Amino acid sequence: MSAETKKVRLTLPENEVMSPGHLACQGCGASMAMRYALKALGRKTILSVPACCWAVIDGPFPYSAVGVPLQQSAFEAAAATASGITNALKSLGKDDITTLAWAGDGGTFDIGLQALSGAVERNENMIYVVYDNEAYMNTGIQRSSSTPHGAWTTTTPVKHYRKGQKKNIMEIIVAHHIPYCATANIAYPEDFIKKLQKAKSIKGAKFIHLFAPCPTGWKHGPDKTVKIARLATETNTFPIYEVENGVYKINKKIKNVKPVAEYLRAQGRFRHLPEDELEYIQSMVNKSYKRLEKLEAAFGESA
Amino acid sequence: MTKKDDQKPIVFEGASDMPPMSASQGSMSVNKTASWRSIRPIIHEEKCKSCMICWKFCPEPAIFPTSPPTINYDYCKGCGICIEECPFDAITSEKEGK
Repeated sequence: MSAETKKVRLTLPENEVMSPGHLACQGCGASMAMRYALKALGRKTILSVPACCWAVIDGPFPYSAVGVPLQQSAFEAAAATASGITNALKSLGKDDITTLAWAGDGGTFDIGLQALSGAVERNENMIYVVYDNEAYMNTGIQRSSSTPHGAWTTTTPVKHYRKGQKKNIMEIIVAHHIPYCATANIAYPEDFIKKLQKAKSIKGAKFIHLFAPCPTGWKHGPDKTVKIARLATETNTFPIYEVENGVYKINKKIKNVKPVAEYLRAQGRFRHLPEDELEYIQSMVNKSYKRLEKLEAAFGESA
Repeated sequence: MTKKDDQKPIVFEGASDMPPMSASQGSMSVNKTASWRSIRPIIHEEKCKSCMICWKFCPEPAIFPTSPPTINYDYCKGCGICIEECPFDAITSEKEGK
């Protein structure tokens, strides 16, 4: 470091809780996500992580990369473990510690849905973040109910690619009437950190659906992670919105919406798709975004 | 980041040496991931405007928020996100092991 080092303006908190040397692949979206989450919540956090990529990224015993206590649980039990932690903290009277359940899409959309539904229904005081990389990436890219239409995975190979829409987890959680639900994207870390800090200040169950690309499973270069994540929002494939006490608000309204083909063609897992499938995906994206706009109009701040 | 980097690897001599519970004892910063790298990002000071976008998007984190930013080559895995995201093309890649 040179002597003429001057103060720079940073858009994110400067503290680094997560340490380098973790075992994530090059250009991993999930490792960026954890870095932002711990920047937002600080050292007074307890993590509950089920079997997912982060169970490996954290490193083998006796080392850990997160710098905060991390409880590893069974695949289906991220939310149940977090409920236990938050209630133990409540009995001990330690109300300044945040409980963060951190699960992948397999442990949330499929296997952990029952525990998650139970925990948010009881309105446990915790933040649940699902980092969504749209398949079981840790075990070798198997299809999950979060895998989008047309995607290649090892269990939906090119000839029999995934058919059917991705599960709308946000609507499922919103239906539990919890105080705060939001979507976020690693390409917009300021927005993600703001949402986590807002979630920290609210008592009750909070849910964040986070979009985190996986270069290994999506078959794109590790340097394209942020670009593809940004394209997902710019094409309205993954809109960024929040639902606070039932009030919908779209946080990022894209002015010049790009065609979905641009997002799909950037990834190897959609390379096999014919043109008519691209049109079909575009129509599905338009339809679901229109639905969201209608929800905002009906249950937004102005309604 | 700097203080933890000096950490020594933790070695258990035998069963009596083991901790009472399987809680982690140290940081993963003992694991230097430099050998994963096939390309080496280089920051060119004359083009750098210190916008810190490279620091913001580094997944490791292996970039220090100084002006201009400095890369920690002990941990950089060479993913190239900083090269791709730099709006001023101030970071270029060089093949590692030349």
